[in-house]
Amino acid sequence: MTTTLIYSLAGLILFGMGFYTLIIHSHPLRKILAVNIMGTGVFLILVATAYIPLGEGEIDPVPHAMVLTGIVVSVSVTALALILACRVQETSNSALLKRRHQLKETRKNNT
Amino acid sequence: MIFAADTPSWMLAPVILPLIAGLLCFLLSRRRFIVALIAVLSNLFVVCFLTYQLLIFGPMRCYIGGWQPPLGITLRTDGPALLMLLMTAVTGLAITLYARGYFSHRISDPVRVGRHQRQQRYFWPLWMLLLTGLNALFLSGDIFNLYVTLELIGISAASLAALSGKPASQRASFRYLLVSLLGSLTYLLGVVFLYRSCGVLDLDLLQNFTDAGSGMRVALALLTVGLLLKTALVPLHFWLPPAHANALAPVSVILSALVVKASFYLLFRFWFELFTPIVTTSALNFMGTLGAIAILWGAIQAIRQHRLKLMVAYSTVSQLGYLFIAFPLSRVVEGVQVWSIVLFIALTHACAKSAMFMAAGSVYLHLGHDRIKDLEGVRASLPITVFAYGIAGVSLMGLPPSGAFIAKWMMLSSSFESSQWWWALVIVTGSLLAMIYVFRVMSRFFVISKEASIKQSVPLSPLLEWPALILALISLFLGLLAPWLLKILSHENVRPVVEIFQGGLP
Repeated sequence: MTTTLIYSLAGLILFGMGFYTLIIHSHPLRKILAVNIMGTGVFLILVATAYIPLGEGEIDPVPHAMVLTGIVVSVSVTALALILACRVQETSNSALLKRRHQLKETRKNNT
Repeated sequence: MIFAADTPSWMLAPVILPLIAGLLCFLLSRRRFIVALIAVLSNLFVVCFLTYQLLIFGPMRCYIGGWQPPLGITLRTDGPALLMLLMTAVTGLAITLYARGYFSHRISDPVRVGRHQRQQRYFWPLWMLLLTGLNALFLSGDIFNLYVTLELIGISAASLAALSGKPASQRASFRYLLVSLLGSLTYLLGVVFLYRSCGVLDLDLLQNFTDAGSGMRVALALLTVGLLLKTALVPLHFWLPPAHANALAPVSVILSALVVKASFYLLFRFWFELFTPIVTTSALNFMGTLGAIAILWGAIQAIRQHRLKLMVAYSTVSQLGYLFIAFPLSRVVEGVQVWSIVLFIALTHACAKSAMFMAAGSVYLHLGHDRIKDLEGVRASLPITVFAYGIAGVSLMGLPPSGAFIAKWMMLSSSFESSQWWWALVIVTGSLLAMIYVFRVMSRFFVISKEASIKQSVPLSPLLEWPALILALISLFLGLLAPWLLKILSHENVRPVVEIFQGGLP
């Protein structure tokens, strides 16, 4: 029981840490990592849960299936989030460059 | 016989058909629209058939692969699920037609053809996958499977929102993705707590556990917070207006009409089926208060907006509030009536808001902008769209015979019966504010412009105008269909006597 409890608490702490980072930091990559850490926390609790009900060395397989599904989902979501973050970076950079260019042009015209 | 009329295997079709169509749309290089149209039409047909099945044989269950719970995954139909499916199927058909008109109009424009073609190319598979997720969510009877469908919906919705390619829409959709991830992770944590205290994932089996201690309460709190984030109830609504308003027009329709309803539907199911024993009156009142704030705040923000699409998006925030006013009133009315209040609002809002966003999208295509103060003279050039907008506005306000009128009537009478008059006050104020923001735009439509700015614009295809009008008319006359809808709804989920652990290995 104590082992399960320790792992579950660790999972909860991970979840909390991830949440904190997600709220506090503004950099997209940090946010994506934070969400991943939150996911890991949940998976850790799930794995710990698998240990509880049957006892005597027997382990409940259902949470394992859930963790596997969750990992697949989180990998694909991370990929999507990374691509989106890159696109945001690119478009905002190009918009920035354009604005600088326009500023230069106007300055040239003024002088 | 697998496909006899009384077998539950038909339930698989609304999940499988759009899935196959989505994969085909992804692989094919042409005729994507035809594939999607076939999928949406056959989906509508199958859902109508499922409704017929429900009316004849009652609620059904389908154990996928013959595996019974607690190991297998269950699909189930009952009244509320079928009404949501019908809503999705009908709106989905209209959205598909509208999207066709929208993309062909944009591709016909010689500027940036490549970009518009690329948008269309990715729109169809994503929309089909989103439809798969929605249908699976309404049918699924397993809380972990529901998590997977939530993620499916979140991923495809965020990708759809990013399609427009503008920097604003990409920032909005990145935030949308993060919020929806946060929501589904919180939901998953709730599922873990529920599994820890009950040991099963099936919704029917979970109802056997009337009070499993504090684990159940934590689970309820986590599931609620996760789903509220996705439903965008007021303190958590910050992501909705930019994501909905900056997306392409058909995408805005999908997000606003269908996606937010899906998570609300789940939330409602949990509160009124699974957790009924541990839900307290103060919790219900809390949800109602949030709903009331949402109605007023959303409406005031909608009145303050300068862009048409943003106004319609804030109107969604406001209208979602009505769904939560039904929570505190649930103690007064009987079981089925709560569902009927909520579903009438949800169905009316789905149709009316689709029509409104379609109209806003058409106006945008027509004028090239959607600044409310420059909308003059649209009535003369787009009479059908303006008519659709007006009718959708009337349904949103809740005038008879729209479905929202019936729902609001039931809410008003039950709030007076239980002497909770403040909810009535909020409902009436919300409707008045809705009138202000709808007519504020209407009045601009009817101003006759002096300049000839509109003459140079391209005429719109009927596919851009008629779906909006038809949906608006459906939402307006939904109240007249009430007897049939209530008949479908009265087939409530009857919990079967399941022998636990009878399944297992075959």
